Amino acid sequence: MNILILIGIAMLAPVAGGLLTGIDRIISARLQGRQGPPLLQPFYDVLKLCQKESIEVNSMHRFFVYISLAFVVFTTVILLSGGDILLAIFALTLGSVFFVLGGYASNSPYNTIGSERELLQIMAYEPMVLLTCVGLYYAENSFFVKDIVAAQTPSIVYLPGVFFGLIFILTFKLRKSPFDLSMSHHGHQEIVKGITTEYSGKDLAVIEVTHWYEVIIALALVYVFFATAAPMSHVFAVIVCLLVYLLEIIIDNGAARVKWQQALKSAWIVTGIMGTVNLIILSFFK
Amino acid sequence: MSVVKKSPWILHYDGTSCNGCDIEVLACLTPLYDVERFGIINTGNPKHADILLITGSVNEQNIPVVKQLYEQMPDPKAVVAVGICATSGGIFAECYNVVGGVGKVIPVDVYVPGCAARPESIIDGVVKALDILEEKRKKR
Repeated sequence: MNILILIGIAMLAPVAGGLLTGIDRIISARLQGRQGPPLLQPFYDVLKLCQKESIEVNSMHRFFVYISLAFVVFTTVILLSGGDILLAIFALTLGSVFFVLGGYASNSPYNTIGSERELLQIMAYEPMVLLTCVGLYYAENSFFVKDIVAAQTPSIVYLPGVFFGLIFILTFKLRKSPFDLSMSHHGHQEIVKGITTEYSGKDLAVIEVTHWYEVIIALALVYVFFATAAPMSHVFAVIVCLLVYLLEIIIDNGAARVKWQQALKSAWIVTGIMGTVNLIILSFFK
Repeated sequence: MSVVKKSPWILHYDGTSCNGCDIEVLACLTPLYDVERFGIINTGNPKHADILLITGSVNEQNIPVVKQLYEQMPDPKAVVAVGICATSGGIFAECYNVVGGVGKVIPVDVYVPGCAARPESIIDGVVKALDILEEKRKKR
């Protein structure tokens, strides 16, 4: 029974992530005064990529993408089945690192630039993700998601600053402007195609599916801030997740890409001020 | 499954074009024509592309570039020559440096004549290329 639930999570998460991406593309198009693609367009794209030839630069750069997917799926399953949030975050980081290694493995100059930028992004957002876990533990005395979402008061009451910091760095994680340095959804503002330049066919499809999982992981982190023992709070948490996603889409369409210095600096300043100060204040009351 | 027809990603290369056709190709992406309705994305990367759009004629200098772009695209792939220059060389056909249409260098599937080709006819050409793409996929 338990295994069935885990498999169910692993199967349904990319479907939800793909649908969200489809909604994202429609809303983006409407914001630009266009009609936009059909809702199922991301699925058409991935199915098409699966039917195409996969050009192999060398065997390693494909291998890393599949390993990355495995770790991201692992993270999703842990988070959504109520597991240890710290373990989930470390597995997610490992997934990102394998993705970067894949970029470096192809030896293409465009991929290398993309990989370096991806590393910078990891550097920028990772401290805040860790502080989120620390904050949640501080507030609810448990690293387990199932304990955090079963608390009496929602974590957002204790951690408004950490929540703001998390929203800030989710822009990196969702690959949205102004922080979409390594690979963007919009081809025209890209050095060829960033870290995915050398991937084609099935490998590119895997990268896309990995991104769907990451969307779900990002929103799951938002979710745990609002869910409590009360059943209604879960509905409220889902609404907040959708609002956060909408906010990210609007920021994506309203902002141009920043330089890496600015991305790194702003992320660390927000982490330092919002995250750390929040935890210090919390330590006086706890 | 005809998913290939629902998500054609395009690579646009400017041969010796006067930019007239290039602007019309880009006009397809604007809110007025919005080709993303059909799932068409303008990628800057041959390895992600399904359809190669070439504007302008081919000259001695860009023969290797056109060939390389074509070879880097994963199968199945289609080529659309946009504008009269890409079709036959147009008024530049007699120039000492111009080789002729794109068809002299790589196999072209659809010719879209016009000077400059209108966005409607470019979209029409791409839609024709989709059927060819689907046939090629079945043959693989």
